[in-house]
Amino acid sequence: MDLTFSEEQDELRKVVRSFLAKYSDEAAVRRLAADPRGHDPVLWRRMAGELGLQGLAVPEEYGGSGFGYVDLGIVFEEAGRALLCGPYFATVALAAEALLRCDDERARRDLLPGIASGATVATLALTEDDGRWDAQGIGLTARERATGWQLTGTKTYVPDGHLADLLLVAARTPCGISLLAVGADAPGLDRTSLPTLDQTRKQARLEFTDTPARLVGTEGTAWPALERTLATASVLLAAEQAGGAAAALDAAVEYAKIRVQYGRPIGSFQGIKHKCADMLVDIESARSAAYAGLWALDAGDETETAIAAALAQTFCSETFTRVAGDNIQVHGGIGFTWEHPAHLYFKRAKSSEVLLGTPSHHRELLATRLGI
Amino acid sequence: MEVDFGPAVRDFRDELRDWLADHLVGEFAEHRGVGGPTDGAAWEVRLAWDRELSAGRWLGVAWPEEYGGRGLGLLEEIVFEYEYARANAPYRATVNALDLLGPMLLKMGTEEQKKRFLPPILAVEELWGQGFSEPGAGSDLASVRTRAERDGEEWVVSGQKVWTSFGIHADWLYVLTRTDPDSVRHKGLTLLLLPTDQPGVEIRPIRNLAGQDEFAEVFLSDARTHADMAVGEVGQGWRTAMATLGIERGTTLLPQQLGFEREAEALIDLARERGALDDPMLRRRIVDAWISVRIMRTTNLRTLAELTAGRTPGAQATTAKLYASTRHQQLGHLAMELAGPAGQIVGEDYGLDMRQRSFLLSLAETIYGGSSEIQRNIIGEQLLGLPKEPRP
Ligand SMILES: Cc1cc2nc3c(=O)[nH]c(=O)nc-3n(C[C@H](O)[C@H](O)[C@H](O)COP(=O)(O)OP(=O)(O)OC[C@H]3O[C@@H](n4cnc5c(N)ncnc54)[C@H](O)[C@@H]3O)c2cc1C
Repeated sequence: MDLTFSEEQDELRKVVRSFLAKYSDEAAVRRLAADPRGHDPVLWRRMAGELGLQGLAVPEEYGGSGFGYVDLGIVFEEAGRALLCGPYFATVALAAEALLRCDDERARRDLLPGIASGATVATLALTEDDGRWDAQGIGLTARERATGWQLTGTKTYVPDGHLADLLLVAARTPCGISLLAVGADAPGLDRTSLPTLDQTRKQARLEFTDTPARLVGTEGTAWPALERTLATASVLLAAEQAGGAAAALDAAVEYAKIRVQYGRPIGSFQGIKHKCADMLVDIESARSAAYAGLWALDAGDETETAIAAALAQTFCSETFTRVAGDNIQVHGGIGFTWEHPAHLYFKRAKSSEVLLGTPSHHRELLATRLGI
Repeated sequence: MEVDFGPAVRDFRDELRDWLADHLVGEFAEHRGVGGPTDGAAWEVRLAWDRELSAGRWLGVAWPEEYGGRGLGLLEEIVFEYEYARANAPYRATVNALDLLGPMLLKMGTEEQKKRFLPPILAVEELWGQGFSEPGAGSDLASVRTRAERDGEEWVVSGQKVWTSFGIHADWLYVLTRTDPDSVRHKGLTLLLLPTDQPGVEIRPIRNLAGQDEFAEVFLSDARTHADMAVGEVGQGWRTAMATLGIERGTTLLPQQLGFEREAEALIDLARERGALDDPMLRRRIVDAWISVRIMRTTNLRTLAELTAGRTPGAQATTAKLYASTRHQQLGHLAMELAGPAGQIVGEDYGLDMRQRSFLLSLAETIYGGSSEIQRNIIGEQLLGLPKEPRP
């Protein structure tokens, strides 16, 4: 049983946490949240150059350092804690994973090293206007012309789609669902930033008009690979959510210790103390949910991963939102202000809840996968 | 429900599986899943089953050989509990002495105490009850009033204990007493081992809400025990008692929750039979029940992994009880809802089926071993460092 973290993993957590405390503090988060691009290329280069975070779990043969998902999960947990702004989730949890999962050795060799080195910002464009995260939701079409593949249609709610250098696009072809790669400068690509409730993670709408693209993997066979990508991303997002919830609890506890009402710290009242205790119970349970997914991924067990991923998204989504809301409650009036960071976590929680599909969607996935 | 604990313990596991397959038969097999500290009707069978386990040397797997144990490690003990739960073997009648008193003696007892008491525990020759709670000292255990005074080579003990599980069967009690009459709260307490077979001890059963004689009240009037029956230092009983409560929670939580998993699976089967899976509200609650038991499992495995790696368990080891007890009650409510009106009919003499019993008994899980409210205080104050409640 190695369901515990090793000393190296504890060390990784420490390093990432102190790095993010320095470069993704509240001031940085607010600056990037207010910036329409929401991306700091200097920070991005540091993440890659100093810590190798973009390529952490990318196999060495593609330019990464070949660590496991438990390690990557630690980074996501810390990124969630620090409310890291920028295209880390889009690039690492979505795009890199999609490339790793579709059977196309050449595409992997061409595209992954750029991601791992921090040179390429990438994302996965899957959802369309109806916001569905299933195969039926994919309407954008790809056709093979004499000159190669072309895309026509619209993708929206694409995480960091406004700035990604590389877009992996799920499209419908005569054979079924296929995955295609598009460069940011491709002709016939029109990108619009979408103003988001959660300003710490940006989204874009992409319009494709006969946009040339490169087929990744075999035509018509992308859905199973995309499903596995979504499962992996679900687990990583769950880790991020658990980390965000932990930070919200830390803030609540800090405040409950110092805020005095009726002559004593509010944290000595059971109404507040018990609320904080319940937050911790949920957070530890959310960690279990996320870690189970990470272990399943490292064990290479696909059935188990699919189940654990749906479970983790259901539970961690609801937990983060609840805990972030309770943090506002513990803070009273001050928690309701723009100046206080509590709302940043609450909004991140609420948007993460639907980022890869709602808790209801994941509950249903879980039910189906369990044969219920 | 498969967890691989690695090659080192695979032989041990296989031996145990074979043994269980050979011995958990006949009458014993019929009592699979029978639970609760005292299931009156099944008591004799359960004792016989414990003796069967003892004969197979499966009790005290991690206890030193000199006291009758197998001298193996924590990992083997965990594997034992896991396989035991997997086989759905009857709830052990000796669980109190095995899980609480034994480990406490191993940690804090004198050599004489270990030699005297541990082998009979493993041989199922002496049964034990835990006498901590009193009518006025439940959550607030430090307000214990049962007094013990020295009289020559003996302690003389008077007071009242309550909610003593297995009390009516206990040959011995380990009781928390106040040995310094002028002391208050945590100070001046001593933990004493006390034989029940004497005039000063009266034990009356208390029926629980399921109709079972689960626990007892114990009246002590000038009951006597020998001077060297104090565990730990005289006056330091609080520390000894806390050590007992803190012992190896992880190893007992995992099997208990494997039982919950089994209930969740039975619930899904029942829902399928009833065609309830198409009802979106029920479907949602069923999936949530499944999520709960799966999370309990992972949380426990995290704790066990930390224990076996020699690490100090993290916060999840403490939060697990609150989560599990709350969620298990929800599971019970859902099971009863799915059972519908038929679930409301009991057998002769208030005879309960497994589902009814588990549901009703789950009401105690948020009370014993520290109520949910006390758990929240502990989590808030000890894990989160929030200021203590004002206390007199
Ligand atoms: C099935 C079962 C088996 C048991 N077996 C044993 C045994 O073998 N040996 C033994 O010694 N004891 C045993 N107990 C006793 C158990 O430990 C106590 O019942 C428990 O500690 C609660 O104490 P109480 O019953 O006096 O309730 P009380 O302490 O009176 O609590 C009543 C209510 O008030 C709440 N409350 C109390 N204090 C606070 C506070 N500070 N803040 C907020 N809320 C508070 C409680 O949470 C509860 O909801 C058993 C109990 C049960 C139910």
